[in-house]
Amino acid sequence: MSAGQSRFGYVFVSGYTLLLVAFGLLPTLYALFLSFTRNGVFVGFDNFVRVFNDYRFLPAVGHVALYVVFWLISLIVLVVVLAIVVHGIRVRWLGDTARFLFYIPGAIAGASSVLLWLFVLDPSVSPVSALLRAMGYESLVNVVAVGNLPVVFTVIAFWAGAGGWIVIMYGALNNISADIMEAARIDGAGALQVAWHIQLPMLTKWISYMGIMSLAAGTQLFVEPKVLAQATKNVVPEDYSLNQLAYLYAFRQGDFSGSAAISVMLLVVALGLSTIFIFRGKLFERD
Amino acid sequence: MTDLAVRRRRRALTPGQWIGRAFVAVVLLAFAAFFILPIIWLLLAPTKTNSELLLSGPFAFGSFEQLAANWNELFAFGSGVFAVWLGNSAFYSFTALAITLIVSVPAGYALALIEFKGRRILLVTTLIVMLIPNTALVLPIFLELSAARLIGSPLAVILPFSFFPFGVYLTYIYFSTAVSRDLLNAARIDGAGEFRVFAQVAMPLATPVIALVGFFSFVANWNNYFLPFLVVGGQKIPVQVGLANLLSNVPAFNPTTASSIVIQLPTLALATLLSVAPILLIFLFAQRFLVEGMTAGGTKE
Repeated sequence: MSAGQSRFGYVFVSGYTLLLVAFGLLPTLYALFLSFTRNGVFVGFDNFVRVFNDYRFLPAVGHVALYVVFWLISLIVLVVVLAIVVHGIRVRWLGDTARFLFYIPGAIAGASSVLLWLFVLDPSVSPVSALLRAMGYESLVNVVAVGNLPVVFTVIAFWAGAGGWIVIMYGALNNISADIMEAARIDGAGALQVAWHIQLPMLTKWISYMGIMSLAAGTQLFVEPKVLAQATKNVVPEDYSLNQLAYLYAFRQGDFSGSAAISVMLLVVALGLSTIFIFRGKLFERD
Repeated sequence: MTDLAVRRRRRALTPGQWIGRAFVAVVLLAFAAFFILPIIWLLLAPTKTNSELLLSGPFAFGSFEQLAANWNELFAFGSGVFAVWLGNSAFYSFTALAITLIVSVPAGYALALIEFKGRRILLVTTLIVMLIPNTALVLPIFLELSAARLIGSPLAVILPFSFFPFGVYLTYIYFSTAVSRDLLNAARIDGAGEFRVFAQVAMPLATPVIALVGFFSFVANWNNYFLPFLVVGGQKIPVQVGLANLLSNVPAFNPTTASSIVIQLPTLALATLLSVAPILLIFLFAQRFLVEGMTAGGTKE
């Protein structure tokens, strides 16, 4: 390596490094600063204690935790089953079509997917209104009752996000050599045995990747309850999730320190998960 | 077992195998319906009147006249504010996309092919930030931007959108596997400077990864709700935020709505459809390319 070359290295990464500092590092440090100070004065863990004692905080933690449990279990079980099933299809166009159908809702995210699901969950206009009515729901407000929300958010998130993961798992299954699969079949292993003893072990590192990513994303729940709260005039509470609470602190109460304290807690969870994964997992070992 | 025996075994399915196949077929059909029916419904709903939407079959087609009427109602709402929102979304997403490509491609290239001090730490930081959900940084970014008095400026959306570590990671992986150092060294020996090596040797090879990064960046930014919701308001909001605001003018969801201008459900469905139309079209046309890209190198939703 020459000094000249390394100088160009700096030039090439300069723009990106600037953005990394401005929108990765600085906001993190600034949020940390805010969370430990009040009006510029260091107050130790006061902000964290105040937020923790807020009567809305623990229910929000509970809501998010329950949603994450539902979401992770259904995601892992169904994505693995669907990927293996689609991978087992011998007719090429059929497999391609299935993957495409599963993947396409990924185009619809954010507020748009919540709006679409408002329609699907409103028995008066829903394409599956018969199903909703059979389950005893007569109006949107019944469907999105607070007790149902973890399931509702799971369905929305699964609908939009599962397809991408199915495609990724499908790709991982393609990496299993045809010889191994054929040998197992000749030895008389059925599809279930192949799935359990050969395919599932090959998928574990991808499953843990998906689990960690989805766990981190799940704790961030915001747009779904926010839009549902807007649509139902707060039948869905506006302080349902932790990010909503952090938002209320900043915008309703003008309490940036409290808002920063909640953000820092969420950020620590996300950073912890991604750091553990990078240093323990083998997925990104190329360097 | 001989070839013949294998074939015979395949033809004569046992009852167990029949049940297995039937199970697979049912699972596939059920999930295909789950994933695709909401989209089909969304394509049909804007062709109906409000009462048709409530009374006729969910997958019945209304009429093109009604589609035009709903279209006109949507674009007349708030003296054409919906078109402004779409324009904002396009402006934010494309500008951020351009900046993302300009900074990420050289960065990924340098990380993969040039030795310099601090390279390793930059790479690890990029991986860590790439793996945290982008919503985790939204409130901290908002707090930072309000300290910098940038709230309300288009830059408050565009600059954070331009920061896309996943794009750097993708180009890094691409350059470290697809372009050899020997090739670059050969060009250097021929007297090419570093910029020429990058522009004339590496860049022409990078088209597929540029397309992939461009796609992921555009989709993520177009669909982003949380950040613009916090940092811009009024006439500057993108369509994702505007769409959620439309809800307060829908009497069916909001019986208490005070506004005199109301949005009917089919019009709201049309707004939802148009808000995702660009992404949906990209998905439809780039399908094979994307599925291959995700299967090969893409690792983040």
